[in-house]
Amino acid sequence: MDLSSINWVLLLASLMVAATPILLAGIGELVVERAGVLNLGVEGMMITGAISGFAIAINTGSVTLGFIAAAAAGALLSLLFGFLTQYLLSNQVATGLALTLFGLGLSSLMGQGYVGIKGLSVPDIHLPILSDIPVLGPILFRHDAMVYVSILIVAGVWAFLKFTRGGLILRAVGESHDAAHALGYKVVRIRLMAIAFGGACAGLGGAYLSLVRVPQWTEGMTAGAGWIALALVVFASWKPWRVLIGAYLFGGLTVLQLNLQAAGMKIPVEYLAMSPYIITILVLVVMSSRGGRAALNAPAELGRSFHASS
Amino acid sequence: MNIKALLAGTALALGLAGAAVAQDKTKVGFIFVGPIGDGGWTYEHNEGRLAVEEHFGDAVETVYQESVPEGADAERAMTQMALGGADIIFTTSFGYMDPTINVAAKFPDVKFEHATGFKRADNVSTYSARFYEGRAVQGHIAGKMTKTNKIGYIGSYPIPEVIRGINSAYIHAKKVNPDVEFSVIWAYTWFDPAKEADAAKALIEQGADVILQHTDSTAPQAAAQEAGDVITFGQASDMAEYAPMPRVSSIIDNWAPYYIDRVQAVIDGTWESMDTWDGIGPGMVEIGEITDAVPAEVKAEAEALRDAIAAGEYHPFTGPLNKQDGSAWLAEGEVADDGTLAGMNFYVEGLTGEIPQ
Repeated sequence: MDLSSINWVLLLASLMVAATPILLAGIGELVVERAGVLNLGVEGMMITGAISGFAIAINTGSVTLGFIAAAAAGALLSLLFGFLTQYLLSNQVATGLALTLFGLGLSSLMGQGYVGIKGLSVPDIHLPILSDIPVLGPILFRHDAMVYVSILIVAGVWAFLKFTRGGLILRAVGESHDAAHALGYKVVRIRLMAIAFGGACAGLGGAYLSLVRVPQWTEGMTAGAGWIALALVVFASWKPWRVLIGAYLFGGLTVLQLNLQAAGMKIPVEYLAMSPYIITILVLVVMSSRGGRAALNAPAELGRSFHASS
Repeated sequence: MNIKALLAGTALALGLAGAAVAQDKTKVGFIFVGPIGDGGWTYEHNEGRLAVEEHFGDAVETVYQESVPEGADAERAMTQMALGGADIIFTTSFGYMDPTINVAAKFPDVKFEHATGFKRADNVSTYSARFYEGRAVQGHIAGKMTKTNKIGYIGSYPIPEVIRGINSAYIHAKKVNPDVEFSVIWAYTWFDPAKEADAAKALIEQGADVILQHTDSTAPQAAAQEAGDVITFGQASDMAEYAPMPRVSSIIDNWAPYYIDRVQAVIDGTWESMDTWDGIGPGMVEIGEITDAVPAEVKAEAEALRDAIAAGEYHPFTGPLNKQDGSAWLAEGEVADDGTLAGMNFYVEGLTGEIPQ
């Protein structure tokens, strides 16, 4: 084994890139779940965002427009879920799963003309002064804009939930929709807004895959990232900064195991390959061992339908 | 009323089923491991399917299912296809081997064709292509072209088909460049663009300037392109959209003639269980155009190697060759037999790292 052949600075830098798609999708889903809605359609919204963003970016030559289109497409698809679950009171689990299947099919239809087209190159932004700091500079401050945007979104969600009245109302809807309703809050409307935000974030995460991380369109390219994002929310016990930690941990282990393999590590490859998932399970076990649902911090009304007359 | 409607519906369904039989179309099914738009392995199998449709026109009907996981779910997909009236089903990935055998036992009248496996039955044939012949050509180019003497190899699963490719590429890279080193990453997936891209990046960051892949998507090509001075080879499909750089050549699987042959055999009633393993010679493996990024003399050598293999004058596994542990495998001039190749589970001498067991 030759650990010196691993460039640790580059590894830590690529960790942030590898983590960004699940971070974006995860933080969006966190807001949705804090409002008491379980949307299992993250994978479907991500991949729809991936193709929408890629198609618009190729046709307009603008990556920024691509990301905006991806967010819009993700939000639009999630509102379909919102309409079905909030107005027609369909089962959230079944509807979410259907949304994933629908998204996979829709994206492959939309992507027919985009297979094999090369993506645009997204420039890395070297933050002035900061990016010249030795070691830390290349790791933290020489990324494309979306890496910073994703961190800003996490910070924004955290501040919104913790410090604002709107955040309080959103949490109230997630903890007890009947009480929130009795106080005169529009439960369904608030939930729809949360669902749309989650969809937009998932769309951004998908577009990050197709525009930056891979960068190209391939059918089914999310390959399960949406499910990782869902697990991430539980892993984070519904707290924004923990989503960031979880995403970087998962992304880091994924990149690390590939690097260790390339360096000829003498640990059997199977253990390396499964390590991101093992660590995720371990953390979940440790956290849930501290008590019941309350300790896990799950929103009390998660997955329950609300109807004003019931 | 409801019962009447139900009875009417059943009668209608029976009538339709009868009509379908009367038309006597041969129904050809395909089980795919990835999406048909992967630009690689599954894409080429689907091209074969389309060639069958074009060749037979109305005489056949094809059905397919994409992204079928290699495992228990594959049995469900095959069973469904067999119940749906398929006469012959092509299962196009190594991991479908046991599911294919299991399902075939339940449907003795349906023919099954399993790609890249080694288990056969009265109604199960196997077929594969000698990809390792193409890997020899790739190895030659890779050994000549590398400046860092580090070649990265993205493997999918540690199965004979993939190990053969690594050995063949290594032998021929080593032959022209004694200093060459291989780093192998096992991705444990056939298709996951993000992971394949990450694997390619990890290899490039550690100094590899040639990336060989045995996974299905074009993601490693995109990663190499972004890195700049790195060359790659199209895998399973030409991947010409990445030519002339990073993709400097490719291995193309051409399944169409085989599929047409086998469907014809079903129509004629002459289908028999058999094992087909064809290479460059019969055209099942093709070498994609070698681009101008490769120096002319290297290109000429590579083409000469390709032609020698096609003509049967040269076998990529010709002794003297030792196994990784130093024990003798092939004596001077001896060539490997197909049995050993089909079950290959060892590295040749010089490769570092261990094959996961």
